Amino acid sequence: MIDDKGLRLDGRRPDELRSIKLQVGVLDNADGSAYIEQGKNKIIAGVYGPREIHPKHLIIPDRAAIRCRYRMAPFSTEERKHPAPSRREIEISKVIRESLEPSILSEYYPRTVIDIFVEALQCDGGTRCASIVAASLALADAGIPLKELVSSCSAGKVKGHVIVDLYDLEDKYGEADLPVALMPNHNLVTLIQMDGKLSKEEFEKAFNMALEGCRKIRNLQNDALKRKYKLESDTENSKDSESKEEGK
Amino acid sequence: MLLTILAQKKQLVIPGELVAKGEYDPDLNVYKDGENIYSTMIGIFESRGNRISVVPLKHCYFPFVDDIIIGKIIDVGMSGWSVDINSPYLALLPATEFGARQNYPKRRETTQSLSVGDLVKAKIIAFDRSRDPLLSARDRGLGKITHGRMIKITPSKIPRLIGKEGSMINMLKKESACSLSVGQNGIVLVTCSSPKNEEVVVELIKMIEHEAHTQGLTDRVSEVINRKLRGVKTGKA
Repeated sequence: MIDDKGLRLDGRRPDELRSIKLQVGVLDNADGSAYIEQGKNKIIAGVYGPREIHPKHLIIPDRAAIRCRYRMAPFSTEERKHPAPSRREIEISKVIRESLEPSILSEYYPRTVIDIFVEALQCDGGTRCASIVAASLALADAGIPLKELVSSCSAGKVKGHVIVDLYDLEDKYGEADLPVALMPNHNLVTLIQMDGKLSKEEFEKAFNMALEGCRKIRNLQNDALKRKYKLESDTENSKDSESKEEGK
Repeated sequence: MLLTILAQKKQLVIPGELVAKGEYDPDLNVYKDGENIYSTMIGIFESRGNRISVVPLKHCYFPFVDDIIIGKIIDVGMSGWSVDINSPYLALLPATEFGARQNYPKRRETTQSLSVGDLVKAKIIAFDRSRDPLLSARDRGLGKITHGRMIKITPSKIPRLIGKEGSMINMLKKESACSLSVGQNGIVLVTCSSPKNEEVVVELIKMIEHEAHTQGLTDRVSEVINRKLRGVKTGKA
């Protein structure tokens, strides 16, 4: 799993993230949306709301309810995934919702609901982290007030080496996996899970590597958001300069 | 003691971005955490005196008492109408608040005056966090909308469409000879006698929505008016 030079199966160094591509506002019909490609992961997130809540008994009198559905496409994995919601999907839906909830200022819109839909089109390990990254961007794109964006990254252990951002094989054949979600400005961890075994020292190392990964991803998120909304203002600026030139 | 403002005026900010430090007053769409003021939305940074705010590029309409809104009837009940006002909350227009009738109306009467799909211009007379907005259409200029063209824009751009003391909207009205009625919930109704002018006005409203945060917008709008509307007029003459 790790060669003599200390490189991983896919040629990454232990502290190296997969290449990430982020795009905001990819869907027209959702209020907000985002797309993430992290290595071979391809995930799309859509957000609706705040909107009227149905069924009515889900109303929370003092804040907006948040619902989240994570779904894997049948073609997302090597072996066809049965389209019915699995135990895993239900768990990840809950985990995504709970890791985003602290960032949403839901008390601004009492008695409403914010719906988050995450569709995993292609999975290659670490989809819960990638989903959180995309869903948080989609929330911001929908114009929902947020304390800040949530970033997420995993770390783990493979053949005794602590590594960051595990992909499918490392996840399957490694010894431990530790997904973490972070609100960097507040220094608030909103998600931490672990499967496998880590010693105390290994845990601390892995945890810090995951936090470092979150911070790196946060910068990419910021860039992606600004890129989308700068585009709009840039076209206007170019119009400005054009009209000025016309004036001359 | 005031400290620093970190963002520049009209700068694009995103949620969680630190915009100011020190004893400023957080206004709309920002929050204070200790000394730091952060943005909560994707928007344009503004500071006026001591007040720090962010004008969002995109958000949903949150009802305020005394707002004039344009809504669509989606249900007729015994005592009034349910109205979609382009916000997360469904508004109620009681039958007694529409027209002059004080008596408790019969169902036939409610459906006759307003049925599902009709548009109304109304005022929010009561709203708080625990109750749905209550409308009234008993003031002058309010009531059923019978003709015109409806345009939806982002509610946060409405102040720009109206302009300082109504400068922008008055210019549009004067130059196009159209009647414009603006709902605070982001719905604008354009009624024109000439279809050409209507087209131009709709285009201009879209332009104002798109370029709301840029400077010199009024000049550019008047330039388009000169080119398109006056051109239309001279063409006729």
